[in-house]
Amino acid sequence: MVRSAHFAAVILGATLLAPTASFADTNITIAGSTALQPLAQAAADEYQQAHPDVKISVTGGGSGQGIAQAASKGVDIGDSDILAPTHPELVDNKVAVVGFSVIVNPASGVTGLTKDQIQSIFSGKVTNWKDVGGKDEPITVINRPAGSGTRAVFLKTLMGKATLAQDSLVEDATGTVVQKVIQTAGAVSYASFSGTHNKTGLTEVAIDGAQPNDADVIAGKYPFWSYEHMFTNGPATGEVAKFIDFTKSNGALFKKLNFILISSMKVSETNR
Amino acid sequence: MTSLASAPRSTAHRDERIARSILFVCATVFVVGITLILIYLAIAGTRLFFQFHVSPLTFLFSNNWDGADGQFGAAPFIVGSLVATAFAILVGGPLGVAIGVFFAELAPKRVAAIFKPAIEVLVGIPSVVYGWLGLTLLVPAIGQVFHLVDGDGLLAAGIVLSIMIVPTVISLSEDALRSVPDAMREGSLALGATRWETISRVLIPSASSGIAVAVILGIARAIGETLAIQLVIGNAPVIPGSLLKPASALTSEIVMDMQNAQDGTAFQASLFSMALLLLLISMGLILLIRFALRKRT
Repeated sequence: MVRSAHFAAVILGATLLAPTASFADTNITIAGSTALQPLAQAAADEYQQAHPDVKISVTGGGSGQGIAQAASKGVDIGDSDILAPTHPELVDNKVAVVGFSVIVNPASGVTGLTKDQIQSIFSGKVTNWKDVGGKDEPITVINRPAGSGTRAVFLKTLMGKATLAQDSLVEDATGTVVQKVIQTAGAVSYASFSGTHNKTGLTEVAIDGAQPNDADVIAGKYPFWSYEHMFTNGPATGEVAKFIDFTKSNGALFKKLNFILISSMKVSETNR
Repeated sequence: MTSLASAPRSTAHRDERIARSILFVCATVFVVGITLILIYLAIAGTRLFFQFHVSPLTFLFSNNWDGADGQFGAAPFIVGSLVATAFAILVGGPLGVAIGVFFAELAPKRVAAIFKPAIEVLVGIPSVVYGWLGLTLLVPAIGQVFHLVDGDGLLAAGIVLSIMIVPTVISLSEDALRSVPDAMREGSLALGATRWETISRVLIPSASSGIAVAVILGIARAIGETLAIQLVIGNAPVIPGSLLKPASALTSEIVMDMQNAQDGTAFQASLFSMALLLLLISMGLILLIRFALRKRT
């Protein structure tokens, strides 16, 4: 439901707003990642209040759409959870760090897992929680679909060389994933902090002893995190550049929406 | 006198000409539009084979799927779509026709007068509502009945689809039965046939083409349904060993992957191939039923 609405909005946004952008320099169009969308929208609201002459439209559509729209110049900024190696013309503006949690249904009886255990669970080698220190309860694995930004981060930071079992459940929206983990005994999945923090009925597990919170991400102890990107076609200039700078330094919004300032990180992606 | 009389007549002629050309233009625009869509889909849907050199046989019969990683076997989705649709039509079709017969022939007038509009309202319930109810009520219920951790799968999808198509089938088959002339009913009863014989030997055969349309539209709704399926089928890209295991369908896989499939990739081309296939399957099913029907009469 949300997906097709976003898709329609992207197309509508691209067709309606792109032409007007050429008449005034103060229109900024943004589309893409639904994970980054809340931050982009909140930053856009604040920025427009401070600069009444600037109009910013923010739509979702997914990381793939964000990259495609930025590449075709349909939007000024393409939001994405993932890199865009097939589009060398796009400039990567990293704006935020987002943390992810491995979440389990409390019936599993676990509160922490090692990377090895996570790999065994998601590759299908272990099918009962009692084999990884939990209760005698079958494991139900829920993945994100192929190509999803969250799935890509999960594979890169936690799975190592292990592959995902094909016959797991797949859900494409953070909300559905969280609901399923809450209502299914023994379920396990993963989602961004903004979807998993402050939820009752699920457990966010520690990974190799590091806690799924901002402090451990910043300190470089917790591995499951990623950059959020705002891609521009060529280097960002003018109001677009100012808006990106405004977004990535807005500490109050980051705290409210469970994002982490890049400037606060003690590690970078390469030495996590 | 003559000039007064001819004035409105020529106006009427002119109005008729205008109306006719407006309708003609509308019909032409529509047909051209649909044709362009079909052409676009035919081109985009075969790019996977011509541009990315994936064998159509791999696409149709392989069950290895990871669109982001160059594995394009769509068999799990084809099987999922066909099984869920077959389930829906086998359960929902006869049920819908039976209820349609009841309302058209057996129910007291007052009961029919209340239920007919109620069923028409059911036809219009958005699919997300059915899917949401399926996710929150049906899936846990299936889990409990069959002692499973999780009730997602083809059974849940089939049940949701059955419920969704029943109102359509009822409504259309009832209309078809009502349009059978009363003389047929009276003639049959006058020849000494019982009410059941009249319904089964006279009315249903006479209304068969209308009932077939009801079933066709039921199939069309079932195979094209996306959201309700996506919420309850489990979306696992495998051919499941049973109706109770997670599976996936063409529609739900397209909607799930299109946000992540970037422009110009084989991944995106494979989704267009799935869309084309979906179109061909539903067209094929409809033609098949029309053909079967024509042969019988």
